[in-house]
Amino acid sequence: MAQHQVNYASSAGLPIALTSVDKLVNWGRSNSLWPLTYGLACCAIEMMATGAGRYDFDRMGTIFRASPRQADVMILAGTLSKKHSEFARRLYDQMTEPKWVISMGSCANTGGMFNTYATVQGVDRIIPVDIYLPGCAPRPETLQYALMMLQKKIRRESADMKKNKKQNLRLV
Amino acid sequence: MRKYTPKDNVQAKAYYTDRFWVAPRVPREEVEAATHFAKVVAALGSLAKETYIEIGQLVIHINAGENFQVLKTLKEQCGYTQCSEQSAVDYLAKDGEFELFYQLLNIHEAKRVRVVCRIKKDEAIESIVPLFKSANFAEREMFDMFGIKVNNHPFLKRIIMPDDWEGHPLLKTYPLQGDEFASWYEVDKIFGKEYRDIIGPENRDPARIDRYDTKRFSRIGYEVPFGADISKGETKQPIEYSETFMTNYNKSSKQLDERK
Repeated sequence: MAQHQVNYASSAGLPIALTSVDKLVNWGRSNSLWPLTYGLACCAIEMMATGAGRYDFDRMGTIFRASPRQADVMILAGTLSKKHSEFARRLYDQMTEPKWVISMGSCANTGGMFNTYATVQGVDRIIPVDIYLPGCAPRPETLQYALMMLQKKIRRESADMKKNKKQNLRLV
Repeated sequence: MRKYTPKDNVQAKAYYTDRFWVAPRVPREEVEAATHFAKVVAALGSLAKETYIEIGQLVIHINAGENFQVLKTLKEQCGYTQCSEQSAVDYLAKDGEFELFYQLLNIHEAKRVRVVCRIKKDEAIESIVPLFKSANFAEREMFDMFGIKVNNHPFLKRIIMPDDWEGHPLLKTYPLQGDEFASWYEVDKIFGKEYRDIIGPENRDPARIDRYDTKRFSRIGYEVPFGADISKGETKQPIEYSETFMTNYNKSSKQLDERK
C-alpha cells in the first residue's frame, strides 16, 4: 500500500505512511470482497468448495454473505433461466454500490449448452459483468484466480465511483 | 423447386434420413388367459377399447371421457394404488390429436399398467386428482407444456414456465430456441420493450467472436481499456509479469563472474 518506505526512527519518530486516497480505499475494497451466495446450478458446488476449508476463500478476505445488502460481489454460478432472470436483476439492484459481478461458468457466460427457449443466453443481457470465468464447471482454483483478477481490476479503479467507466449501460 | 417442408413441425430434424429405414417397434403380445392382466381386462369390461402387452406391461386404450371411471376401477378393484406418471404426447401434426397416458403401479403384484387415451386439440380431460394425489403436479405440468385443460383440477396453474409466459413449449409447433416472445422475455420483463434496441437480439451462434469487442472480452496478452475502439489496430503493451515471484535468470551471469 504505502508508496514510500518510512523509517520511523529517522522521520521524527512519527508513525506516518504516505499514500493516496484511491490506493487506501481500493486496498480496503479489494481485500474484503464479500460475495453473495448465488448458486444456480452445478457451478454452485465448485463455488461452495472454494468457500470451504480446502481452498479457503476466507484467507482472501472473501466471506460469503446471504444477503445482497451486505455483499459487494455477485458470483452468478450456473444456468440462469428466464423465469429467474427477474429475481437475479432484483438482487443485483439490492446490492449497494460499489458492486461487481463475476459470471461463473459457460452457462452464465453465454447460455452454454442450453441453447433453448428457457435459458438466458448470457447474464450480461441483464446484469453488467466484470469477470467472465470460463469452464464447465470451473475448478475452485479458477474461481480464486477470477477473484484475484477482480481485485486487480478494483485496484486500478478510482475511489470515486462516478469516475469509473462502468458497464452500467443497461439501467442506472 | 425447393422441397416442401411442413410448417407445423419446426422442431429439429435429423440431417440425413434413410428412405428404406423402418422404425423398430416393440412387439405387442396378446393378454394371456388366467394371468393377472387378464383379470384387469375382465374388470374393465367394455371400458377398454384395445388391450395388449408391451414388454410385460399392460397397455389399455380407452375413451377420453371415461378416464376417471377406468382409473377408479383400476385403483379400487385391481390394486393399482399409485399413479407414477401422467403426461401427453403431441400428435397434432399427424393425427390432430394429443395422446394422454397414465402410468399406474400395483405395488403388491409388482405390475404396471399404462392407460392411454386420445383427445382433440381443444378438448379438456377430467382430473384424476381425487383418485391420485400425485397427479396434481403432473396435470399442471401437462397444462403448462401442452395447454391441455384439465376439468375439476384443484389448482390448474403453470408449474414450470412463468405465469405470464406465452405458448406451450412441448408442442411440436414450438421452436426449440423460442419464439419472438421467449427470445425477448427477460428484456421485456426487466427493462421494458424500449430496451430491445439497446441490448440487442440473443446470440445463438456458439462460435461467434467479435474481434473488436472490448466491452465484453479482454485481449489476450496485453490490455485494452474498456470500450476502446480497436478497429484501426491495437496499441501493443508489454506483458506484465509478477515481479514478486518471477526471477530474472539472465542476471545470474554476474554472479557466475564473481565466483570465477
